[in-house]
Amino acid sequence: MKKYFYNIWLGLYTTLVGMKITFSHIFQKKVTIQYPDERYPIPDNARNRLYVNIDDCIGCNQCSNACPVNCITIETVKSLPTEDLGTTSTGQKKRLWVTKFDIDFAKCCFCGLCTFPCPTECIKMTTFFEYSEYNRNNLLYSFVNLTPEEIQAKKDQLAAYEKEAAEKKAAAKPAVDGETNKNS
Amino acid sequence: MEKFLVDLIGDNLITILIICVIPLLFLLPYALVAILAELKISAWIQDRLGPMRTGPWGILQPIAEVVKLLQKEDITPANASKLLFNIAPYVIFTGSYAAFAVIPFSSSFVPSNINIGIFYLLAVSAFAVVGILMGGWASNNKYSLYGAIRSVAQIISYEIPGAIALLAIVTFAGTMNLQLINQMQSGWFWNWFIFGGPGSAYKLFIIPFMIPLALTYFIATLAETNRTPFDIPEAESELVSGYHTEYSGMKFAMFFFAEYSNMFIVAAILTTLFLGGWNSPFNNFMQGPWWGAFWFITKSFFVVLLQIWIRWTVPRLRVDQLMYLSWKVLLPISIVCFFALGLYRMLV
Repeated sequence: MKKYFYNIWLGLYTTLVGMKITFSHIFQKKVTIQYPDERYPIPDNARNRLYVNIDDCIGCNQCSNACPVNCITIETVKSLPTEDLGTTSTGQKKRLWVTKFDIDFAKCCFCGLCTFPCPTECIKMTTFFEYSEYNRNNLLYSFVNLTPEEIQAKKDQLAAYEKEAAEKKAAAKPAVDGETNKNS
Repeated sequence: MEKFLVDLIGDNLITILIICVIPLLFLLPYALVAILAELKISAWIQDRLGPMRTGPWGILQPIAEVVKLLQKEDITPANASKLLFNIAPYVIFTGSYAAFAVIPFSSSFVPSNINIGIFYLLAVSAFAVVGILMGGWASNNKYSLYGAIRSVAQIISYEIPGAIALLAIVTFAGTMNLQLINQMQSGWFWNWFIFGGPGSAYKLFIIPFMIPLALTYFIATLAETNRTPFDIPEAESELVSGYHTEYSGMKFAMFFFAEYSNMFIVAAILTTLFLGGWNSPFNNFMQGPWWGAFWFITKSFFVVLLQIWIRWTVPRLRVDQLMYLSWKVLLPISIVCFFALGLYRMLV
């Protein structure tokens, strides 16, 4: 009998204690972060969307080779010996026109393996992550700063140069042959 | 109020219709506020902010939810019993709305000032059971049926301590007319029935019986409205959502609406019987027909807030605990209080 009343008392008392606790929580500081307005700080070394500083890129293709999911596509065109492409910020001489530098973020697995081999540290992981799209094709980012016409011009230029060089070579070769024949 | 309307437009169908619609005009905004209160209080108790993006501080969230529910597809399961399935939500809502007929909102407005108010309330509150069983059974879904069975078992069990608590008040007040019960409690707040009602110093003897009686009634009504800690009929973690699992769109909104209107009704009865109804707590200060409505709604809403507060505090009871509480705790307490009040009425 005593236990019966004690149980009733306990039931009421513990409910009241619980209500006191929940009441105190009403006025506590809330933990919600209202996401688009305020954000939780992301660590600086977080691996999110890649960024390529194309001015520093020497077109060495090492990032593309390192990529485990083949999401980086690089195409380059040789520059003419007379052209000076300048140097990268790390002091390396640029020798190639980078005509295509596409990263497909639909494929990217954010492993960061591409950033390690880069000799000029031009491909980096950023902290930016809000770039979802309705169309998957919009996730194909191109980092090239040359226009298609410029690229075509570079290709033509190189083709012309190579043709010229080949002609020179072809012109030089018989002469050399003749000389060697003469000498022998 | 009825008299005024009758004088204004005559004793005809239009008058009756207007009187029928007035509680609905109150109920719609009330339901929106109650839903918002539920969302916000639950969030605050859990250290969250709750809805914040619809309107300032999210106050338009309930409107957005209603609009969302109205837009949704109205699905009737292929193997459901079509007629019963489709009328169940309206039966439940009719049951809860019918109770508004005797709720005394203020000294000059009670839709129907009948002498058997409490009896009528008990009768129509049992009406919801029919709707719940209808909805659960007609859904042809095992979870819905379980929810309905549990709900019916629970409501029927808890109606007994609740009804005995009401009966105790009827013996104490000597009337079933809710308006008269309200009038008896006028004056200062110590004239409320929870503090023994008006009377001499002898009333101190019945205060220890009145407070448990009010608590008993409050707990019993928590169970009747299927709210936590008595929400085993809707137990999300075991029964999806009980008897209204299969409902969508407008019909689901009806269930929701009926639930919130039931919450208000039990709060209103508790207010009328124990907390002085439309009486101001401070004698003649802020007393009058309009202030009466204000006090009545404020007190009722306070009880609704109490229900919400308890819901987010206490975990759900097991079925055996639920029956233990009803039959072995609340029922003896209410009977003892009933006899104590009867004795007091006989002697004093």
